[in-house]
Amino acid sequence: MENNSLNNNILSELKAKVLKLFQDGIISGFLGFASASLPMSIRPFLAKNEKDIDKLVWNSFCTINLANYLPEIIKQNKDKKIGAIATGCWSRNIVVQIQEGQLKRDDVYILGVSSRGMINSKNISDRFPGKEILHVKEEDHIVTIEGRGFSEQIKRWDVTRDNCKTCAHPDPVIYDDLIGNLAGKRSINNKYSQIDVIEEMEPDKKWEWFLKEIDKCIRCYACRNACPLCYCNTCFVDDSKPQWLGKSIKHTETAIFHILRAYHCAGRCTDCGACESVCPMGIKMRLFTKKLEKDVFNLFGVEAGLDINEPLPLTTYKIDDPEDFILKLEKE
Amino acid sequence: MKNLYLSHSATIKDIIIETEDGNIKTFILELDDPEIRDNWKHIPGQFAMMSIAGMGEIPIGIASSPTEKDILSFTVSKIGVVTTELHNMKTGDKIGIRGPIGNGYPLKNQLKGKNILIIGGGYGFTTLRATIIYLIENRKDYNEINVIYGARNPGLLLYKKELEEWSKRNDINCHITVDREVPGWTGLVGFVPQILEKVSPESENSFALICGPPAMIKFSMPVLEKLTWHDNQILFSMENRMKCAAGVCGHCNIGPFYVCKDGPVITREKLKQLPTEY
Amino acid sequence: MTLSKALKIAENEIKNLLNILNDSFQVFIPKLKEKTSYKFYEWDIYNNGDEFNIFIGVPKSSIKSFFFPQPETLFKFSIQKDTTALKEPEEENKRMLFGVRPCDARSIILNKLPYSEDSYYIKKTEQNIIIGLSCNERRNSCFCLWAGGSPMGTEGTDISLTLIDASFIVEAITERGGKIIETLGDKFPVASTSDIEKLNALRASYEKQRQSIPDPVKKIQDKNLLELYDKPLWNDVSLSCINCGICTFLCPTCYCFDIQDETSKGQGKRIRFWDSCMFPLFTQHATGHNPRGAKHQRVRNRFMHKLKYFPDRYNVFSCVGCGRCIKECPVNIDIREVLRDML
Repeated sequence: MENNSLNNNILSELKAKVLKLFQDGIISGFLGFASASLPMSIRPFLAKNEKDIDKLVWNSFCTINLANYLPEIIKQNKDKKIGAIATGCWSRNIVVQIQEGQLKRDDVYILGVSSRGMINSKNISDRFPGKEILHVKEEDHIVTIEGRGFSEQIKRWDVTRDNCKTCAHPDPVIYDDLIGNLAGKRSINNKYSQIDVIEEMEPDKKWEWFLKEIDKCIRCYACRNACPLCYCNTCFVDDSKPQWLGKSIKHTETAIFHILRAYHCAGRCTDCGACESVCPMGIKMRLFTKKLEKDVFNLFGVEAGLDINEPLPLTTYKIDDPEDFILKLEKE
Repeated sequence: MKNLYLSHSATIKDIIIETEDGNIKTFILELDDPEIRDNWKHIPGQFAMMSIAGMGEIPIGIASSPTEKDILSFTVSKIGVVTTELHNMKTGDKIGIRGPIGNGYPLKNQLKGKNILIIGGGYGFTTLRATIIYLIENRKDYNEINVIYGARNPGLLLYKKELEEWSKRNDINCHITVDREVPGWTGLVGFVPQILEKVSPESENSFALICGPPAMIKFSMPVLEKLTWHDNQILFSMENRMKCAAGVCGHCNIGPFYVCKDGPVITREKLKQLPTEY
Repeated sequence: MTLSKALKIAENEIKNLLNILNDSFQVFIPKLKEKTSYKFYEWDIYNNGDEFNIFIGVPKSSIKSFFFPQPETLFKFSIQKDTTALKEPEEENKRMLFGVRPCDARSIILNKLPYSEDSYYIKKTEQNIIIGLSCNERRNSCFCLWAGGSPMGTEGTDISLTLIDASFIVEAITERGGKIIETLGDKFPVASTSDIEKLNALRASYEKQRQSIPDPVKKIQDKNLLELYDKPLWNDVSLSCINCGICTFLCPTCYCFDIQDETSKGQGKRIRFWDSCMFPLFTQHATGHNPRGAKHQRVRNRFMHKLKYFPDRYNVFSCVGCGRCIKECPVNIDIREVLRDML
């Protein structure tokens, strides 16, 4: 990990701060990441004591949204706070969880860190089909990929996740302490450029694109389960009384799952990209939620989780809510 | 090769409403194919997969005894999708049956010549009913028979007519109880474990067949232990979610034990060696 | 079975072989798919002229969908007023899976243990002809030797291909594989004695490697079930698990299923489809009671089933060491570490 000063600085500061939190008796556990058995992989990890701190790591493959674990871990550790590292999007998810009553602000100690953007490991493996990547070395701006008989350097930004590339809020919005400095709001030319491309398609092309994306879905529900917004006790896809959805691998069933999942996240999704990162089949389902994020922003002027005092757009009624879609129907 | 999943068409011949709340009914069936009907052989304690085309398939204990000629009956509580649909059916309607499945009680083997203690609670009395009918039919093969059966209130007791008949017999000791005193109820009052303590059945040369709610089982165990019953004399009938009923699909396992294939009947001794996933 | 005749086919002749086989069978090979946004190898129909690429490791999905379709129609019925007629599904054509890695081929044999009385599965084993392909290189997630297999294993195959010095040695493993090789005898040269010796020596070296590992199945069988069950490791392993179905669905030896009826317009079918013990509803009773309601219980069940319950019953792990679950797990739960901690 030579020349990887940015991540190393974050990690050493993280370790020092977590140690202090344990020593001061503020937290009973710290939620971060530990190293994995394979390159480009990572393990969400709960450090339970000072000894565990050495296991913490920080790199550009930390694509799992830790907010997803918080409510459950807090439920099991009631006596003290649980500490967690949080980038911009993860902290916004914590905000949404607080707004939706899944979490209490006081139960969590947030160590905020500004995100440099995470890498999409599929972008890397896609460049080496059929080959085995054995080592990945990360430097500040270069990633070196090595396998038997090959070694290649890739610009980090070239393989960064789509959501990170268009992210305007890399900084944590709530935190108890900070690692490093805040980066400030990033000015993005058009943060919905990936959606614009699809919106410009003819309806049949759009449908074709959609079916092509969901065609490989094996209905493992990793996208749903990696999402901090999906916490229903029984998801509509699993419900049997009544059963809303068939169990076969068919376009109709898979499409309904993905469409409903996306709609369920409207006004709540922070575009953290966890759903897409965990998908084993490489489905870009993040674009479905991104489209709704765009619509919510255009209709209500709100982005999820930025302000803890801002009411949730789709569960709050305002007398002057835009109802253009109804008017449009009437006109037709 | 036999198709494990194919069910046989059966006609509902009669429906008996068992409980006052109407939530438990007994369905008396006849298998439509005479050949299948004639070849049907089961042991009390076994179950069958019952299906309604388009609704699904569920495991249900067989409530009739093989000694009841041409009768195949199931007592079903209205809980899920299939059972609710079944409760809406009427005489003459068709359902699917595949089975019999599972090991059943070892009535022809270990239980022969033994004192038999039957402990049942609430809805978990159906396969025990089959057992009692079988025991009475083959009375000389067994020693003393004690039946302890309880329900929350008299309205929730199953097979009321038969309970009365059995109570009048002197070759079987019937102890029917309800949880609390109710006007008009002249029988025993108290929870099953309390009655068990009063009856104090001897452990020697005995087997207990137990089926009922978890609390009943839990509090009956210390009573039997005090009466020096050994774990291998106590037989439970397990229930877990089942789908294939052939030991394949993986739903009903209690650790390595497949309720559908290795059970549903299991000794307490063996159960203690398994994870508590039931 | 002893080798009656083995062929030697040059690496660049493989397309000829495929084209010949394609006349008699519906042939499937792993193809590099660009259907979604990313490229990966997936089983697909072979069309004459298609590239047959040799890549390291296994395709994304296992071959289990050929044996255990997702979903599979058990039978059809019609819902009429007074009768419900049942109809079993029709026979399918003979298929050939070409280029199956030894781990995936072995999964057919392992799954057959619980499925021995399942007519649907057995029929599929008769319908699918397996052409194996030995591994020359391993992935960093491979552990077939630990799981009881070998990179040159032939279990589950009808014919086995091994690439040595730019030629495939093509061996008949089963009788029906032998018959296919006989039909090819006049089109390709026969392998020489020295080729066979080389092949056998290579295979024996793997066998030796495997035997140098203290039999993990035996070690697990000697362990007390409840002691393994109560180990604290399950809480640690399950903490990061998101309870998705990736591991179970991509696993060649996860064979659990659910059964349901699907109906439309008076016609219906009873289907079975893949289910996963990772899902909370897998064990939930109609009453709401759930024997494995907690996440760590489900994670434990998956590993205990593969590495304890199954070997206790069948003397072999329900795992072939293909490493898909390790590669694809979003939180890197590594079955090798779990096995190590259990031993």
